[in-house]
Amino acid sequence: MSIATNNIAFNVEKIRKDFPILNREVNGYPLVYLDNAATSQTPKQVMDAIVDYYSNYNANIHRGVHSLSQEATDKYEVARKKIQQHFNAKKAHEIIFTSGTTHGINLVANGFASFLEAGDEILVSALEHHSNIVPWQMLCEKTGAILKVIPMSEEGELIYETFEELLSKKTKMVFLNHVSNALGTINPIKKIIDKAHEKGAAVLIDGAQAAPHIKADVQALDVDFYVVSAHKMCGPTGVGVLYGKEEWLDKLPPYQGGGEMIATVSFEKTTYAGLPHKFEAGTPNICGGIAFGAALDYMNNIGFEAIARYEEELLDYATLKLQEIEGMKIYGTSKEKTAVISFNIEGLHPYDIGTLVDKMGVAVRTGHHCAQPIMDFYKIPGTVRASFSFYNNKQEVERFIEAVKKAKTMLS
Amino acid sequence: MSKTIQEIQEEIVDEFAMFEDWMQRYEYMIELGKALPLIEEKYKIEENLIKGCQSKVWVHAELKDDKLVFTADSDAIITKGIVAILIRAFSNHHPSEIIEADTKFIDDIGLKEHLSPTRANGLVSMVKQLKMYAVAYQTQLK
Repeated sequence: MSIATNNIAFNVEKIRKDFPILNREVNGYPLVYLDNAATSQTPKQVMDAIVDYYSNYNANIHRGVHSLSQEATDKYEVARKKIQQHFNAKKAHEIIFTSGTTHGINLVANGFASFLEAGDEILVSALEHHSNIVPWQMLCEKTGAILKVIPMSEEGELIYETFEELLSKKTKMVFLNHVSNALGTINPIKKIIDKAHEKGAAVLIDGAQAAPHIKADVQALDVDFYVVSAHKMCGPTGVGVLYGKEEWLDKLPPYQGGGEMIATVSFEKTTYAGLPHKFEAGTPNICGGIAFGAALDYMNNIGFEAIARYEEELLDYATLKLQEIEGMKIYGTSKEKTAVISFNIEGLHPYDIGTLVDKMGVAVRTGHHCAQPIMDFYKIPGTVRASFSFYNNKQEVERFIEAVKKAKTMLS
Repeated sequence: MSKTIQEIQEEIVDEFAMFEDWMQRYEYMIELGKALPLIEEKYKIEENLIKGCQSKVWVHAELKDDKLVFTADSDAIITKGIVAILIRAFSNHHPSEIIEADTKFIDDIGLKEHLSPTRANGLVSMVKQLKMYAVAYQTQLK
């Protein structure tokens, strides 16, 4: 069969040298890091950008007349442009820096409170992370709007026909993830966005899990809002981006008050600054934003198509090998999925498997993955989730399989 | 004369000292888990569930004469092993002795990683729960 290392265009061993953490040992074994869907590792190039910032031009931005402040502002705005280009946003000010995906979702949910009336409907998918459920529930409580759920199938795919039935003139917004964090399912977002727009509903896509694998083109998708986190795509934690169409961002009220987001302030009246500053109150994560730009450079340099192709080979190989294990049950078997495998072994608790493979140096996630409704659907307490990245190699997949087999023997 | 908690803990530490690597320790723990004195089905209820665990753990306490007897169960076998070790040390003792007992032996048997309060298995919550029962029953004895 075709295995990962046969992909000549993709030199994984060269890439691995960019990630110092991959050399460390855990519990006496070389680390096999397969929790990439929780957070990705950081390449030297991004660390260099962080060190460069603090070594050479650390200053507050958009305010100072001094050179250092100007330099930091320029670099921060260059990063914004890089992100704009990466997601093909029409304008740089449609890119709002946030602290991450959750912040972006809350910003939009909070703003939409002023557009909703009691009886309006919000559609959310059954595949969501808690961060894309709870803010909308809070919004519904505040406004009297009704939350409806697009159901999923046994394969972990959204049932499109039911979505069409749920959609009506009352639907004001549709929220779903591009890729499910618990199962890896890639949702048919273009089809859903177009259909929602026919009824006049706005669409927010949580791109946190998709962004490390798929380059989303927000104009081609015609999506209203798209949110991501830097730390899932080789960048630092605590920074992310909300893309919003200009007309939506103009309409949305500011989320937080503070410095930077104002044009004029008096005790009688404050006027807000224009985009993107209206949504960027206070001193932002300047270094984080710049490092996010460096992370995008790094990934684009390798190429998202090459990354997706390579990860698919890893996924196929790992899936094939896992299926050889007796009692193996893989959750989320959509044909369209990213390199995530959520599984259980008959009669064994995911927590036990996770604990034992960790003792063998293999990092996986266990539990409900902040997606309890999905676990309830399958009537399970949780799963073991292995999520792969382009810097994982075939040997690591084999180490992982061996560790799972060993754990199974110990537990049976 | 029955053993004190301290003596039982020392016994457990000695047993674990015989193992050469983590694998043997965990295999033993899994064995202990399988031999855990099981809680009666009727006590596997929400109130007996210990919060803060990724796996489910139920603990029931009952006073027999002036001693507190614990039974438990978990849906995860390693967690069952951990709770089995705790029960072996703490069960069948006077509540005041349970309240006073320390848990340093967990560290000594190489399960230190399970002691971190951020860890999802909730060993810390289990110990807290056993001691809470002891506190509650001690007031009954007075």
